[in-house]
Amino acid sequence: MFNSNCAACHKLDGASTGPALRGVVERHDGDVEWLHKWIKSSSSLIKSGDARAVKLFSEWNKVVMNDFPGLSDQNIDDILAYVSEPKAEPAAAVAGGADAAKGQGAGGDAVSNMIVLGALVVVLLLLVTMLFLVKKVLNKVVEANGLTEEVRQTVPVWKAFVKNQFLVICSTIIFILIGSYFAYGYMMQIGVDKGYEPVQPIHFSHKIHAGDNGIDCKYCHSSARSSKTSGIPSLNVCMNCHKNISEFTGDAGTDYGKYTPEFYTAEIQKLYDAVGWDPAAQKYTGKEKPVKWVRIHNLPDFVYYNHSQHVNVAGLECQTCHGPVEEMEIMRQHSPLTMGWCIDCHRKTDVKLKDNAYYAKIHEELANKYGVEKLTVAQMGGLECGKCHY
Amino acid sequence: MASNKKYWKSVEELNDNSSIVETLRNNEFVEEIPTDEFLGDKNKLSSSSTTRRDFLKYVGFSTAAATLAACEGPVIKSIPYVVQPEEIIPGIADYYATTIADGFDFVNVLVKTREGRPIKIDNNKLANAYSGANARVHASVLSMYDSLRLKAPKIEGKNASWDDVDAKVRASLQDAKSTGGSVVLLTNTMASPSTDKLIGEFIETYPNAKHVVYDAISSSAAADAYEQAYGKRGLADYDFGKASVIVSVGADFLGDWQGGGYDSAYAQNRIPKNGVMSKHIQIEANMSLSGANADVRLPLSVADQKAALVKLYNAIVGGSVSSANTAYDEAIMKAAKQVKAAGSKGVVVTGLDDVNAQLVVFAINEALQAEAFMPEQTKYVRQGNAAKVTELIKEMNAGKVHTLIMSGINPVYTLANSAAFVEGLKKVKTSVSFSMKEDETALEATIAAATPHYLEAWGDVMIKKGHYSVTQPTIRPLFDTRQFQEALLLWNGNNTAYYDYIKATSASYVNGLTWNQLVHDGFAVSGENTKVSATADFSSAVAALSKAKKGEGLELVLYSKTGMGDGQQANNPWLQEFPDPITRVSWDNYLTISRVDAEAFGIENFHVANGGLDGSYVTITANGVTLENVPALIQPGQAAGTVGLAFGYGRKASLKEDMQVGVNAYTLYHNFENVQNVTVAKASGNHEFACVQLQNTLMSRGDIVKDTTLEIFNTKDAEEWNVFPMVSYDHQEVRAASIDIWESFDRTVGHHFNLSIDLNACTGCGACVIACHAENNVPVVGKSEVRRSRDMHWLRIDRYYSSEDTFAADVDKKVTAKGFSEARSAYIELEHPADNPQVVFQPVMCQHCNHAPCETVCPVAATSHGRQGQNHMAYNRCVGTRYCANNCPYKVRRFNWFLYAQNDEFDFHMNDDLGRMVLNPDVVVRSRGVMEKCSLCIQMTQATILKAKNEGRAVRPNEFETACSAACSSGAMVFGDVNEKESEITKLAESDRTYHLLEHIGTKPNVFYHVKVRNI
Repeated sequence: MFNSNCAACHKLDGASTGPALRGVVERHDGDVEWLHKWIKSSSSLIKSGDARAVKLFSEWNKVVMNDFPGLSDQNIDDILAYVSEPKAEPAAAVAGGADAAKGQGAGGDAVSNMIVLGALVVVLLLLVTMLFLVKKVLNKVVEANGLTEEVRQTVPVWKAFVKNQFLVICSTIIFILIGSYFAYGYMMQIGVDKGYEPVQPIHFSHKIHAGDNGIDCKYCHSSARSSKTSGIPSLNVCMNCHKNISEFTGDAGTDYGKYTPEFYTAEIQKLYDAVGWDPAAQKYTGKEKPVKWVRIHNLPDFVYYNHSQHVNVAGLECQTCHGPVEEMEIMRQHSPLTMGWCIDCHRKTDVKLKDNAYYAKIHEELANKYGVEKLTVAQMGGLECGKCHY
Repeated sequence: MASNKKYWKSVEELNDNSSIVETLRNNEFVEEIPTDEFLGDKNKLSSSSTTRRDFLKYVGFSTAAATLAACEGPVIKSIPYVVQPEEIIPGIADYYATTIADGFDFVNVLVKTREGRPIKIDNNKLANAYSGANARVHASVLSMYDSLRLKAPKIEGKNASWDDVDAKVRASLQDAKSTGGSVVLLTNTMASPSTDKLIGEFIETYPNAKHVVYDAISSSAAADAYEQAYGKRGLADYDFGKASVIVSVGADFLGDWQGGGYDSAYAQNRIPKNGVMSKHIQIEANMSLSGANADVRLPLSVADQKAALVKLYNAIVGGSVSSANTAYDEAIMKAAKQVKAAGSKGVVVTGLDDVNAQLVVFAINEALQAEAFMPEQTKYVRQGNAAKVTELIKEMNAGKVHTLIMSGINPVYTLANSAAFVEGLKKVKTSVSFSMKEDETALEATIAAATPHYLEAWGDVMIKKGHYSVTQPTIRPLFDTRQFQEALLLWNGNNTAYYDYIKATSASYVNGLTWNQLVHDGFAVSGENTKVSATADFSSAVAALSKAKKGEGLELVLYSKTGMGDGQQANNPWLQEFPDPITRVSWDNYLTISRVDAEAFGIENFHVANGGLDGSYVTITANGVTLENVPALIQPGQAAGTVGLAFGYGRKASLKEDMQVGVNAYTLYHNFENVQNVTVAKASGNHEFACVQLQNTLMSRGDIVKDTTLEIFNTKDAEEWNVFPMVSYDHQEVRAASIDIWESFDRTVGHHFNLSIDLNACTGCGACVIACHAENNVPVVGKSEVRRSRDMHWLRIDRYYSSEDTFAADVDKKVTAKGFSEARSAYIELEHPADNPQVVFQPVMCQHCNHAPCETVCPVAATSHGRQGQNHMAYNRCVGTRYCANNCPYKVRRFNWFLYAQNDEFDFHMNDDLGRMVLNPDVVVRSRGVMEKCSLCIQMTQATILKAKNEGRAVRPNEFETACSAACSSGAMVFGDVNEKESEITKLAESDRTYHLLEHIGTKPNVFYHVKVRNI
């Protein structure tokens, strides 16, 4: 009930839009009746000229608190009881303990793996020694029986190989072919930054935002719908939520690996520093420090790419090109972004014909021309040089 | 062929045996690869210790090193807004309506901004907008990103704060008030109601103050005449769309005559509709844009023009004032008859700086009751008063001026008696110059006050009566600047912001429009104008005019160039590189002289081996002022006995070194009269012009320009005046375009773009050239490169001269002439064409051939064809063989010989951080070694398509635009989708005037032209 009604503006500990609620009953000397009135309709209480109400109102930047006429007295009592609970320190300790235990378990797994491997190596060594011994014994038996090996006139393999010109030429050709195949493969990787995963000035986790919290990509990257660039969100967009979310608590029982909640909270503080937000005073200081993000997807200048064409018109999922962003702790380049990659997709993908009056006419004619129901992007002229290079 | 006319671009071409024309014909890239620079010195070569083996080692090593270095990609930082402004979406352009009013150009415009940066000027296409931005207005956006702007106020040459300036000026004003010293506000024409009101208030506070308006290029005589006739100062407005016969006596109304802006209305009537078009007779000395567009052009000296005006008066108003005989009396009488016959559909205008001449024109138009003549619609764009300026300079020298506050002017550069002004300035206690640059005047003044560009400032403009416009900022001021009005408000003790002041003032002009609507539209129109009639002593004006006599020596007619205007944008590389529409010379001004006079003075123009034009230097002397080393250019059509020289050049202060070109014509602008009697003498040495006149010629392939007369057009079948080339196929004569060795794609599906160019409507103004530069990041290459035929203009406006007879007939005449006297007279006759040629302007850009010769020769398939009709050029694929340019019959491909961006050798706007702000982020900046050319603005067509897709609708008819078609205010260029039956282009394509360039070679271009029809 606290989460659904109060958490938008209040936190248990620490100021937000409104004051922290833990211990609110004590702060008001247990005047539960007044609190009831306040919660049900703070504005009328202020209007009535209640001194305490007016003081509280002006202390908190004169932000009007919503009225909650829908809450019954019982509900309010429940909330007050919830916020009166002391901070759950031991719970955190327990959680930490659980984590530690888990870590040990993982360590145990590693040890057992080592033992198995070690045992295997020992067994193999034993086998090798045994074989060696067997051979020795057999030789001795042969010697003992007085049998001598016939010494044959043998030519080493490499000499035979060198003499066979045909074989030499063939293998040289094969060697060169294989070599150039790999060399070509290596060369084609130059300038392809697939997997590029730079360290960003603020550790922004797409996993937490897009994955755990399920925020739509286009909430932050809103210009992807209308513009050629998807846009790195400006910091005021972050502040839509982070005005209230000043620390990372995480979900209980989730393992965040090397990134602890404290680490994330520190990163949120970096955001506040950049945008000039004073979380204690709940005010903008005006001291802004723009964030210099490292650009990950770098198309060359001579390539024109438009997000709105793909996102809005074609209705592609962002993940089609950007990969499982909702699973990425650190954002990285998922696709090679090479021309071959673009063209491949244009060859295979059918144009979304439905519900767009622009395509209605043009597609009818084109479909008639090619005698097909479906049209690929390529058939629409999506392979022409000038469509992307100008 | 339409007619057997011979077209020529340069006098050189009239010479049959010219080796240079031959060379240029056969060799497109006239420059040899300059191997001499490093292979020429044999001694140095042999003494070099580098062997061939060493050289190869170096090459190998550096290649390997470069390859390795290229493996690592750079780290690119992206910095988003901290707080993103609501109206900005990165990647999407915003448009703002504003108004340019720089004292010379006054137009309602739209400004395209990207991520908060203005990057392009477009026409405001709302009905009633004062539209029609010229080349200078289109280029003005780059003048804002001028790295040599005045970045902060300066007091006596030292950087100061605005507080210091305020203290100093306030003290000076108080001192003036207490001592009774006079305060003068000397400004350009601002035509701003709020500024006028503000100045009024200022004068109330400081009763010793007065306001003097000074125009660098004066229309004072016209304004005086208007004042005499109609009782108030201003200029009469004209609407050439309402005229069927136009006679202009020395008025370049397609240029900058009385503030300009007449070309779109004029062009409407130039397209023959139902067999009717307007007739235009131009009587002038210099070959002007108007003269080039006229049906009949009579080259006459200014004295003769005055006589012609008297004759017109006699014939139209009635009278028998005597006038001198001229060489074209018959033609003048014919013109007079035609105007009179047209009655209220006729109009006469004059550009003579003579009050009497202006009055006579009013009399004629009043007598005609000319509809095109609208004196009731007063224009306020030239308010300068020459007499008052002259008086002011006297007062200054007499030490009577205590404080002088100047704004938007540069009198030290633009005054003929600049020395006297400077002397006077020294006697002024405090002088303030509000200027964007630390120009000649700002250097001399006590305080150089940095002002913002019009794209950074608020303002309001009353261009003409009942037409109120606002100027709004499109970017935050780049520097520590303050506009004149803000300062005046402060010094007047008024703490209102100028924005609020305008808002309050505007209420009485907006005709019920809300402020937001006004700022959105950029202008408001109010009030009907009631007819006014002239009351002046016209007969004495005619009498005075008839007494005008020709002075001694040559008549120098000073004019303003389409590109440079009054010279305030002299540091704008786009305008410097803009080839003059008539002479096709860039980066210069020069003395235009007739062939006859040039011969008399021994002045020569000749082409040198690389195709560049050279010309003799002359010395001009007038009123004791000598202008030395003025290059002379022989101008076909220049009236004998006259010479021309353009304003706006020869500036030095705050100009990049490359822009300090030409000579200052203002030094000869004695008494604000644009006609001066001068003596010209040949000086030693030759000047190297950067003239693109003979460059990229069409390799003598005829049939480029088709023109006919209105009579033939109306009476004969289209086949006779729009002849299509025929070939014999299967023993049948068929149209050449119908025969093809190529297979054609089906182009009936989807979009198919075409561009239509009407040679009748094109006035050659060149707005499209600059718009193309701005839209497509076309680099500026500089004077010496232009001279080497390496200009980068994607869109050029070819100017062809033509004479009545065929060239072949001329040759026949020469050969068949017998005897000396006959031969001599024949030659004289032959030389006639160059003395008064007809002119055709033809914009040529990539023709986007469906069967493009360039595409087939590219070894790497860097240029290919799109289904939508555009010829694509993939710069990143191009390896620079230049085969395509060689194979292009239209010579429209441009090669990047150098890296023009961030290269100190090319110190233009792309070489400084500020100048690069103007680049269009949707178009790539090309690198060295690649070919480039017109893309038919594929970024714009694609954006239009995407906009439709995003909105889920079909593209509307006439929605497609290119930069050039959008910039064309005369309607000569129309772009669109010919598969869209509703669009204008489809109708134009079906016109019987339509033809393609070089149709017989079967390239099937997507650009088509309309046969020029002359109303002779």
